[in-house]
Amino acid sequence: MKERILAAYDPFVLPFVFGISFVIGYCLLALFKVLVQLSPADRRKFALSLITPSTILKNLRDLFCDCLLHVKLWKRNKVLGYMHSSIAFGWFMIIVIGHIETVLYIPERLHKLYYPIFFRFFMEEQKQTLQGSFFFFLMDFFLLIILSGITLAIIKRFRSRIVGMRRTTKLTLTDLIGLYSLWAIFPLRWIAEGFTAGVAGGSFMTIPINWILHSFMSKPENITVAWWAYSLALGTFMTVLPFTRYMHIPAEILLIPMRNAGLPVRHTRKGFTLAMLYSCPSCGVCIDACPMGVQKKNVQDATVYMVRNLKRRNQRRSLEIAEKCLMCGKCASLCQVQMDACGIRLAYRTAQEKKNNRLPADFSYLNAVTPQEVGEEKVLYYAGCMSSLTPVISRSVQRVLQAAGVPFELMDRDGAICCGRPLLLAGRRDEAQQLIEKNRQLIEKSGAQILLVSCAICYRIFKEQYDLIGVEVVHYTEYFNRLIAAGRLPLKNSHETLVYHDPCDLGRGCGIYDAPRQALSQVGQLVPALKEREESVCCGGSVGSLTLRYEDREPITRGSIENLTANNPEQIVTACPLCLKTFGRFAPVPVRDFAEMLALHLETNKNDTK
Amino acid sequence: MIDFGYGLTPSATLRIENVQNPLFEELHRREPDVAKCIACGSCTASCSAGCFTEMSLRRVILSLQRGREKEILPMLQHCMLCGKCQLVCPRGINTRHLILSIGKVYGPADQKEEVRP
Repeated sequence: MKERILAAYDPFVLPFVFGISFVIGYCLLALFKVLVQLSPADRRKFALSLITPSTILKNLRDLFCDCLLHVKLWKRNKVLGYMHSSIAFGWFMIIVIGHIETVLYIPERLHKLYYPIFFRFFMEEQKQTLQGSFFFFLMDFFLLIILSGITLAIIKRFRSRIVGMRRTTKLTLTDLIGLYSLWAIFPLRWIAEGFTAGVAGGSFMTIPINWILHSFMSKPENITVAWWAYSLALGTFMTVLPFTRYMHIPAEILLIPMRNAGLPVRHTRKGFTLAMLYSCPSCGVCIDACPMGVQKKNVQDATVYMVRNLKRRNQRRSLEIAEKCLMCGKCASLCQVQMDACGIRLAYRTAQEKKNNRLPADFSYLNAVTPQEVGEEKVLYYAGCMSSLTPVISRSVQRVLQAAGVPFELMDRDGAICCGRPLLLAGRRDEAQQLIEKNRQLIEKSGAQILLVSCAICYRIFKEQYDLIGVEVVHYTEYFNRLIAAGRLPLKNSHETLVYHDPCDLGRGCGIYDAPRQALSQVGQLVPALKEREESVCCGGSVGSLTLRYEDREPITRGSIENLTANNPEQIVTACPLCLKTFGRFAPVPVRDFAEMLALHLETNKNDTK
Repeated sequence: MIDFGYGLTPSATLRIENVQNPLFEELHRREPDVAKCIACGSCTASCSAGCFTEMSLRRVILSLQRGREKEILPMLQHCMLCGKCQLVCPRGINTRHLILSIGKVYGPADQKEEVRP
């Protein structure tokens, strides 16, 4: 290898140098902004996590798997996974190999930003050595991989269904400029290196193109044009990058360590949230995920558009989207960058309520409620508000507990005190805290060691916000499954086909998927829904949405039922009173609660219990 | 008013024409469902807070329609927003949003403008 252009400079590098300097400067400023906006406690937590060995390892693994290989996307959709990782990993390797070549052959040029990128232009292979051919091959190999990815990307843009996406994001003008310049970069690089392949050496991609377009590529005056075009495409892409969805490329490098540090969302667009907003790649997975998408008018309320409106500081639309969301969390669980979509919306609601709510809450009447003496041996059962509208649940739970011989006491026999989650979801954090505090006292003073909950909504807030000392909070699906495993609950199997609906707060919220399924497999034959577990579709009755109207909830419920009844089950089983009530209105087959299902299948002969 | 020679005592007179309707119109703009209420009382019957207090969403809506705004706050401040009323409402009124909107429109403090987060 020897230097072909002794000046080590050509004016065509200028667009690239401008672009890369701009993007680096912008990213450093954005990094500074994010760090300054973090609260001092969060900043300390983040700094500590950066020097904790286990977190460092996790950061490195996540950076490699998420940013370069897109493992999560591969698991979901192989074609999209290949498309993204071929471009990301291929491009990364081309940059790395360019630098390795520079370090190996001409380390004194390493300080020039553009040298490793335009290495082929400045260096040439000598006939007597073949040292470079290995790198020539690698470069062409990764270029081929990227070009295949770009081809897929072009197909996806015009026919998204081919790659398995029903809807894809509507791009902005800057996004389109970024997109087209990104598409242009690699074919232009191929052509530019095709020129130099004739004089400086190449491999299986660049030499053939030089042969094929020989009449064009043998003219020396065309060389500069081709390299100018390549540099211009790079420069354009880098210059518009901070204002497009491609900002996710640098932002994710910051987001992953922040997420692994366990920082919470505290603000609607500052600090950690800002890092998240920058990291949104606008891929549009959340559009197909959103259960509200059954109505076309709601497509504009998907998380990707909320992020866009927050970035543009469009307060009116951001608020509309934040208040409309069902908070089912499906978009967040499918999100490639694990955007805490519900957390951001909740932060928005909380900020809005703090400033606009002029109705003071007064829960002093709850002082009249006194703790029950339950004792350690008994289970304390909290049915919750919604269960009092669906008495079949609390009755069934009591029947099952009696059948298993578990002593219990009902905590809210004379009217429930709300768990506080509906208030929390409406953005009234302080008011919710009053209810949490009251319930916490009632539970802790009762002396019970197990708190049994039959409502997924209550269960989630008990797990997340209550700091109950010495009390185990357990959802009835888990508890009954334990009783079955211990042989205390004799059940008969009716071999009916059942489909289980994962309530949002129980499944995605608390990660309970298997316990109800294991228990239900004892009483019937489970058939799968089209989408279940992390991808289960919200029933549409969620208290998470503030503004969604009754008429607009119906199509969501029908969509969800359609998803559940795809395999023609005889019954739908759910484990949340709200889902039960909502499905009950429209379902073509009976909808039953989990406890009801067990209670119906109890062995009536109690002597066989042991 | 025409003098019939007999009438209501003045203290019991409700003058609908004097009711401050702009606030109710503003509430109706924020939550159109308020006009759907048929005062059946299902919400009151199922109310979690109504178990302990005088809270009655039915009375709140009736009072607002009659311009008796002062009566609503002592009731509404007990609401736990649990959403049972929404589940039982035969008219499908979005009661939780209605209550939140009433708080924003009729709250006692005097700042009116939407403050941005």
